[in-house]
Amino acid sequence: MVETGHFALILAFALSLVQSLVPLYGAYKGDTRLMAVGGPVTVTGFALIALSFAALTMAYVQSDFSVANVWENSHSLQPLIYKFTGTWGNHEGSMLLWVLILSFFGALVAAFGSNLPATLRANVLAVQGWIGTAFLLFILITSNPFARLVPAPIEGKDLNPILQDIGLAVHPPLLYLGYVGFSVCFSFAVAALIEGRIDAAWARWVRPWTLAAWVFLTGGIAMGSYWAYYELGWGGFWFWDPVENASFMPWLAGTALLHSAIVMEKRSALKIWTLLLAILTFSLSLLGTFLVRSGVLTSVHSFASDPSRGVFILCILTLFIGGSLALFAFRASQLAAGGIFHPISREGALVLNNLFLTTATATVLIGTLYPLVVEALFGDKISVGEPFFNLTFGPLMIPLLVVVPFGPLLAWKRGDVFAVAQRLMFAFGAALLAVLVTYLFIDGASVFAALGAGLSAWLVLGALTDLALKAGIGNVAPRMALRRFVGLPRSVFGTAIAHLGLGLTLLGIVGVLSFEKEAILVMKPGQVVEISDYRLRFDGLTPVRGPNFTEDQGHFSLLGINGQPSDVIMSSKRFYPVRQMPTTEAGIKTMWLSQLYISLGDEAGDGSVVVRVWWKPLVTLIWGGSLVMMLGGFVSLLDRRLRVGAPARRKSAAKPAAVTP
Amino acid sequence: MKTRLAALAGFVAALLFAGTALAVKPSEMLADPKLEARARLLSEELRCMVCQNQSIDESDAELAGDLRVLLRERLLAGDSDEQVMAYIVSRYGEFVLLKPQFNLRNALLWGTPVLLLLGGGAFVVLQARSRRRQEPAGLTKDEQAALDAILNKDA
Repeated sequence: MVETGHFALILAFALSLVQSLVPLYGAYKGDTRLMAVGGPVTVTGFALIALSFAALTMAYVQSDFSVANVWENSHSLQPLIYKFTGTWGNHEGSMLLWVLILSFFGALVAAFGSNLPATLRANVLAVQGWIGTAFLLFILITSNPFARLVPAPIEGKDLNPILQDIGLAVHPPLLYLGYVGFSVCFSFAVAALIEGRIDAAWARWVRPWTLAAWVFLTGGIAMGSYWAYYELGWGGFWFWDPVENASFMPWLAGTALLHSAIVMEKRSALKIWTLLLAILTFSLSLLGTFLVRSGVLTSVHSFASDPSRGVFILCILTLFIGGSLALFAFRASQLAAGGIFHPISREGALVLNNLFLTTATATVLIGTLYPLVVEALFGDKISVGEPFFNLTFGPLMIPLLVVVPFGPLLAWKRGDVFAVAQRLMFAFGAALLAVLVTYLFIDGASVFAALGAGLSAWLVLGALTDLALKAGIGNVAPRMALRRFVGLPRSVFGTAIAHLGLGLTLLGIVGVLSFEKEAILVMKPGQVVEISDYRLRFDGLTPVRGPNFTEDQGHFSLLGINGQPSDVIMSSKRFYPVRQMPTTEAGIKTMWLSQLYISLGDEAGDGSVVVRVWWKPLVTLIWGGSLVMMLGGFVSLLDRRLRVGAPARRKSAAKPAAVTP
Repeated sequence: MKTRLAALAGFVAALLFAGTALAVKPSEMLADPKLEARARLLSEELRCMVCQNQSIDESDAELAGDLRVLLRERLLAGDSDEQVMAYIVSRYGEFVLLKPQFNLRNALLWGTPVLLLLGGGAFVVLQARSRRRQEPAGLTKDEQAALDAILNKDA
């Protein structure tokens, strides 16, 4: 089975070569038969990679330690779920997941791209093929997951204990679906450049892929953030770690792309810019893959790093980013510029959005790479950490967030900002009220906290105002408004829901940053600590044996007003003997939107232990808001104009119109 | 193995060393809450040298603990925030600063966001202006004549 997997991967590589060249040549020559090769080859390639992935998964599930990769990253005593997810909890397996998802997206384009013009479809599949070829070669040459060990060891070396968590089942697949999903946008952009033609229909075809990739990437990042929050035991949700930045940059650029593509689709403007963003977004995904996989940066994500891999990915990176940008420079001048608009218009607002988002992306990029650059040029070692990003990224986000509610309410082409401001009066008043209430009535509220709460309210209410106005609530009879509300395009709902989610996430961030409470102390059994309005009693430690670890469970009781325990919380420290690694399992109690977070430290001989307790108000909104953003993207995907083959129809209708003088 | 893990530390340092310590320890804390609050704020801006991107406030590495103690000793000795930071940088190098210094070498780092925003903004404005100028202001003479001819045909 393992050799079958290896062989399937080699076959897939051979097919990806065919996929890279034949449809491209067919499109160049206008040969429909050659172009038609693209579809079946792509789908077969996906099936082969899926087979290869299944073979590796089988080896993991069966604990086949004759496979070096399984031996290094699994253990027979591991719970089944971690044997399964361990497949991608290592360098080789995660790269295999990467190409599996890449080929999956290729196959989707092949399967659902029947409404695309034949040449565009052929070129898109060919570009997907180039990416596939490069990464399959990378796996086969430098990171073969199927290498055997002779003689086979009896027992494996265990999966990294930090990865032995349900998070590993969700975070990498979601993140990769996002990362790699942008490859489709990239392929569409390069295909358009090859053809030298781009129009509003192009934006419409690319839109669902952008949306889907964005939804997944949002989920992947949010899930990674929550995982780090509960697993690392110090309660932070974002660390500005280079590896986090690597996933955040494509998200920021992808968000910009999502917005500029709307302008291109609706108004046929910003075409060249949208194309460039599509290229940049996936380039940043590739850069992220390089940063994480090459070992340039060390972190929990860079499993075993090996310089030859780094060099190989750097070559792929240079080839694809350099090549696509060169093609862009060469062709962009030939592309017709689009429609014109007044600066105060929805287009104008979206341009502003893009300006801030791309600047923010560049800020994160330079912050991530600057230490590497300085070390290479000057030999000095410097650090760029959270304080830098707080001072740069933060101020960039504030004006952007302030304008968000205006965007959807402005008219296309030429808008009236005062009329919109008037319509947002209610949201503005309520936001102002939120600022005042926060500042005056919440203990320890800083000006920053109050303004942050106000900004969140502004975003949430702005999104709701948008929906209410578009449904005509207050202007027309309630029943009519309801009917209009139901009949609103799904993309209008999508926009409002996503913006509302953004406001919720912001509220969560403001809540934690401003109102978090912390207690660090040594606790004896029976001792009580007060935090926020809660009283927490430490009841003692009990040793417990797990399947492949031992742990000390710390028991805590939440005391009610009468002093009786109303709830219990368990926080533990684990030790994984195979890897000789300790982990913390934070005790988290969710109370509505807030959480009580407990992690354990050193033990003293007398049964007392160092305890860190945090009260994290509204913290769940950080990830809850992300889920709402995902929902917004998903609802937008359901929009009618993305489902029906509207572009094809419109094109045929446009032809006769163009002929009439 | 142990040294390799220590090098890997970074993001996971908290876990690797969790059995031995846990970030700021109660024993390290200063009795004076005001001074302690200052110490906490300062230690959030200092990097744990053996970790990837963690401040000494969050890190469990021994070296981070040493720095936390050193920082508090300087504070107790009556140093100002700037003096403490300067002292630590003089001993451990600029690498410990999570917020890079404002100097010429770091100009590009601090300047990029501002330059890009201003440059991008200027580009957008110029682009919009030149576009508007290109907008046909009205009909050319010939077109006007042709239009007049058509309109006057019936009259």
